[in-house]
Amino acid sequence: MSPDGLGRAGRYQLSQLRALESQSIHILREVAAEFERPVLLFSGGKDSLVMLHLAEKAFWPARPPFPVLHVDTGHNFPEVLEFRDRRVAEASAQLLVASVPEAIAAGRVAEPQGPDASRNRLQTPVLLAAISEHRFDAVFGGARRDEEKARAKERVFSFRDEFGQWDPKNQRPELWSLFNGRHRPGEHIRVFPLSDWTELDVWEYVAAEELEVPSIYFAHRREVFRRDGMLLAASDLLPLRDGEEVFEATVRYRTVGDLTCTGAVESAASTVPEIIAEVAAARVTERGATRADDRTSDSAMEDRKREGYF
Amino acid sequence: MARLDGEPAGRGSAELLRFATAGSVDDGKSTLIGRLLTDAKAVFEDQLDAVERVSRARGDDYTDLALLTDGLRAEREQGITIDVAYRYFATPRRTFIIADSPGHVQYTRNMVTGNSTADLSLVLVDARKGIVEQTRRHAFLASLLRVPHLVLCVNKMDLVDYERDVFEAICDEFADFATKLDVADLTFIPISALQGDNVVQRSASMAWYEGPSLLHHLEHVHIASDRNLIDPRFAVQWVVRPQSASKRDYRGYAGRVLGGIFRPGDQVTVLPSGLTTTVTGIDTADGPLEEAFPSMSVVLRLADDLDVSRGDMLCRPHNHPTVGQDLEAMVCWMTERPLVPGMFVAVKHTTQWVRAVVREVHYRLDVTTLHRDVDAGSLGLNDVGRVSLRATRSLVYDPYARNRETGSCILVSEETNTTAGAGMLLGPA
Repeated sequence: MSPDGLGRAGRYQLSQLRALESQSIHILREVAAEFERPVLLFSGGKDSLVMLHLAEKAFWPARPPFPVLHVDTGHNFPEVLEFRDRRVAEASAQLLVASVPEAIAAGRVAEPQGPDASRNRLQTPVLLAAISEHRFDAVFGGARRDEEKARAKERVFSFRDEFGQWDPKNQRPELWSLFNGRHRPGEHIRVFPLSDWTELDVWEYVAAEELEVPSIYFAHRREVFRRDGMLLAASDLLPLRDGEEVFEATVRYRTVGDLTCTGAVESAASTVPEIIAEVAAARVTERGATRADDRTSDSAMEDRKREGYF
Repeated sequence: MARLDGEPAGRGSAELLRFATAGSVDDGKSTLIGRLLTDAKAVFEDQLDAVERVSRARGDDYTDLALLTDGLRAEREQGITIDVAYRYFATPRRTFIIADSPGHVQYTRNMVTGNSTADLSLVLVDARKGIVEQTRRHAFLASLLRVPHLVLCVNKMDLVDYERDVFEAICDEFADFATKLDVADLTFIPISALQGDNVVQRSASMAWYEGPSLLHHLEHVHIASDRNLIDPRFAVQWVVRPQSASKRDYRGYAGRVLGGIFRPGDQVTVLPSGLTTTVTGIDTADGPLEEAFPSMSVVLRLADDLDVSRGDMLCRPHNHPTVGQDLEAMVCWMTERPLVPGMFVAVKHTTQWVRAVVREVHYRLDVTTLHRDVDAGSLGLNDVGRVSLRATRSLVYDPYARNRETGSCILVSEETNTTAGAGMLLGPA
């Protein structure tokens, strides 16, 4: 025991970013130790980049003992895919891609039809097929509780049955730092190491750790059009409707998803500190501003999560 | 990799405070949380819009801020809170995580869960009603979980004309009850969540009150000494052995510091084996450290090539935790099938799992009156009681009162795999 241990108590307090980092590393290590086949969901978006960075730190100087998995709708931003491949190579990680277009071609799922068709929902069966094919028993996701109200009720270790379903009314109590990952064969646990992080924490951590993020997070000139109050990228994938007009604007993305349902925000923020200032002053949540997939109803996220969505 | 030491002096170096709240629909808790979130600008326009839309659709004549925390469809439809919800807000000084528990449904289970990680527990009292059964339950569960700071907010002071006597009578009655509890730090604050008195700003209507506003208290309450900095404890989580040729000789023990301070050169004893060695280095991806303190995730390197694996505990040679198979614990039971003697459970404690058999239920505790029912013989859903367990292998533990990390365990059903109980270990029998 150090003679001055108590007297210098003030010294022994982690800053909030370090406290969050330490908690996430603890979670990553628990999973590696207790599960046979974990996998880390990786889209190249900021949350999954922070998660991969934390995984590198957690097992340093060894490499993270699990592969990364991207569920690719085939409608991703090319800049993000290029970034994804570069970052995965840098981490010397194994990248698995669960492809929605391949699942459509094989007839396992059908291309959605209709005016608001999006492949967003198809990610769930494709993810579940990959989990079952590779027999993954733990799946790391970058979801945060501050993102959305159904996610505010999510556990760090979230039990999924053989169909990948989430039962929000029947969740395991989660006490102290004692996570319960027990499950039967065929069931799995979704693990959310960033549960307690906020959007602002993520950006401040990106700044503090000097992490590189895809270019679409920063202000750039892009051809866009307005639909349901959101700015969507002009693309062959999104035929214009009556009254919609393409124009060029200075925009950036707050979330990285399928380009058919992820909106841009008008912004001049071109550096991480400028993004932090913008996020700190933001009056609308990142998903509220930019995700058509959450807008279909008040329970859109809960419904998708019940089916096994991220 | 970049060091967090280099982070800006602003929010990046702020502290994290976790606090638990609990309460029923009518005590103003949602209004209070809504006000803290709104004033701290942690509620966004789209969230408020959604709340207003749903309130209108339900025919409410006010904006029900509970809808901000009640995220599930069933909760909104039934107007009840089902589960602990986590909310986040920040001020320049601190970042806050609120674990908000419902007042009625699964009351004890959720309160125990929310309080297990809390630095501070916030109990609300309606100034018109004074101390009620629920107040006593809140306070008892916070003390059972050893939450270091308890704040009693006497709410709705506007409805008792901001009378000092009303506030002081409630404080006296509560302080009297609190003598039966283990409460290290108790603070009373008279507020009106609806009017905003003493929530963020000091109230002009209660000049007689000389203490801080609630937010000021949350921002300044001293939490740095709450963790155990005396007894070094480190539970091995994972052995780091790189496969790359250049680092083949590297062997480190990854884990979190659960108590005390570790420094290179420290002699350490590995339990349960009892072998002693020396810490040769404390590693992180950001470089070596001179010392590691509670809640830091680090990697320790040891001088000798000992057999150390997950579940082992490192401590100092003259400061040992208890090692034993016979466990005494206060248990909160959280599942339908009752806990009875003879039952086997899986136990997770620090970084290991053991099996244990329930030997005896000594008594069930009435969480409102603190009466001990020695004839209970079992614990049902949401019951709290003292239990003897015998584990298949030795645990390395401290009494919960000494260390919340090394003194806590969860009991898991071997049939359903669900978390069935929360255990707070007592000293050896």
